[in-house]
Amino acid sequence: MWKWIQAFASPQNFYYTAKKIIPWFLYPFIALTLVGLYWALIKSPPDYQQGDSVRIMYVHVPAAWMSLFIYVVMAVAGGIGLIWQIKLANVVAVVSAPIGAAFTFLALVTGAVWGKPMWGTWWVWDARLTSELILLFLYLAYMSLNNAFDNPKTASKASSVLAIVGLVNIPIIYYSVEWWNSLHQGSSIGVTKVSMHIDMFIALLLISFAFKFLYGVLILMRARDELLVREQNSRWVKAVVMEGKNND
Amino acid sequence: MNIYMQTLKRDLRIAIRNPSSVLNPLLFFVISVSLFPLAISPEASTLMQIAAGIIWVTSMLSVLLSLNALFHYDYENGVLEQMVISHHSLPLLILSKTTAHWILTGIPIILLSPLLGVLLFLEGDSIKVLMFTLLLATPSLSLIGTIGASLIVGVKNSGMLLSLLILPLYIPILIFASSAVSQAQFDLEISSQLYFLSTILIVSLMGSPFVSALALKISLE
Repeated sequence: MWKWIQAFASPQNFYYTAKKIIPWFLYPFIALTLVGLYWALIKSPPDYQQGDSVRIMYVHVPAAWMSLFIYVVMAVAGGIGLIWQIKLANVVAVVSAPIGAAFTFLALVTGAVWGKPMWGTWWVWDARLTSELILLFLYLAYMSLNNAFDNPKTASKASSVLAIVGLVNIPIIYYSVEWWNSLHQGSSIGVTKVSMHIDMFIALLLISFAFKFLYGVLILMRARDELLVREQNSRWVKAVVMEGKNND
Repeated sequence: MNIYMQTLKRDLRIAIRNPSSVLNPLLFFVISVSLFPLAISPEASTLMQIAAGIIWVTSMLSVLLSLNALFHYDYENGVLEQMVISHHSLPLLILSKTTAHWILTGIPIILLSPLLGVLLFLEGDSIKVLMFTLLLATPSLSLIGTIGASLIVGVKNSGMLLSLLILPLYIPILIFASSAVSQAQFDLEISSQLYFLSTILIVSLMGSPFVSALALKISLE
């Protein structure tokens, strides 16, 4: 098992394997997005209180889930990179940060757009919104720390430490709904029961899986580029570059 | 334990011989607090409501200012590298530097806070609560700040970067501490906020020296 991981995680091997894996994420993403959009925009009913503006939820909620999920992936990958010195883990952590920041930003913006017709205000300083904003700050801090070092190896180690420290923030975000009561509605999806229309739930699930696959596609593509930059002095990168030239 | 006291004494002695590095953050604290009445309103009723928030935010910023110097001179003259390669436990050495930082910034802030509280029309009991939250939480500020300072030891122009790294991590402390003071103004129960502040203190006391040691080793390699 360990040997298999090492072989897979070697930069050269990953570079070629990732190219083969990308379609396995890309096509499910496209299919899920199309079906999910049909379910979200046409099949699912408008909310009895909120009308059609409830459909913002199908972007907002999956984006918020992704913002948390990617942060955890980033911190765990950074931890793996710190402990076992696996180059690929560091690369995954570093390339995840802008994607996660983008999803966090998306969640904040769609939340504001949804809040205006529903609560009559773009923004409230409630716990969930605030901690999502803090999450965005954490992503930005991670990225700027990562850019501050000249040596990418030192940079990814230092920023991994920051990511793990910031992971303390994730439970605060998650449990803030229980800690503070506010305008923000509690979550409607529990482990045992789902308190929403089944079509709404299906649409939500489809889009959130689509986002997961999108993250997969983006991470693979960006990791390949990042590997080329980091390993630019090695022989296999030269071979890749020469190959590209010959094809042109 | 001996090396802990020795490092602590050394840091305090350096600070006494170079007092401006200690005094400047405190001056910043006093001056920036006194800007708020000028900018917002001199009305007692307005200032009373926002006093806790003003004092807490400005004390965080002044802690942040003083953190820049925490490792800077030791890094420039090579003492920090000697600490890393010495046979003494690095987390312990860092903890003593953090303690020195708290003694030099945290304690003066706690001592100055009643004065500033009076200036912002806080009442006696609220001032006591404010001082207690500062006593409970400024050590956490120093401890968490040490992590940030050790992450960016070798980075040039790191001043702004440090605030980017550290301020998001300070936010929970800010929320609990200032809500404790404003709840106390209405004679409401504040024990839950104090429990959270104590939890943050204990967790950062246990974690920060080790994380900072790891971070120092990374940024010095």
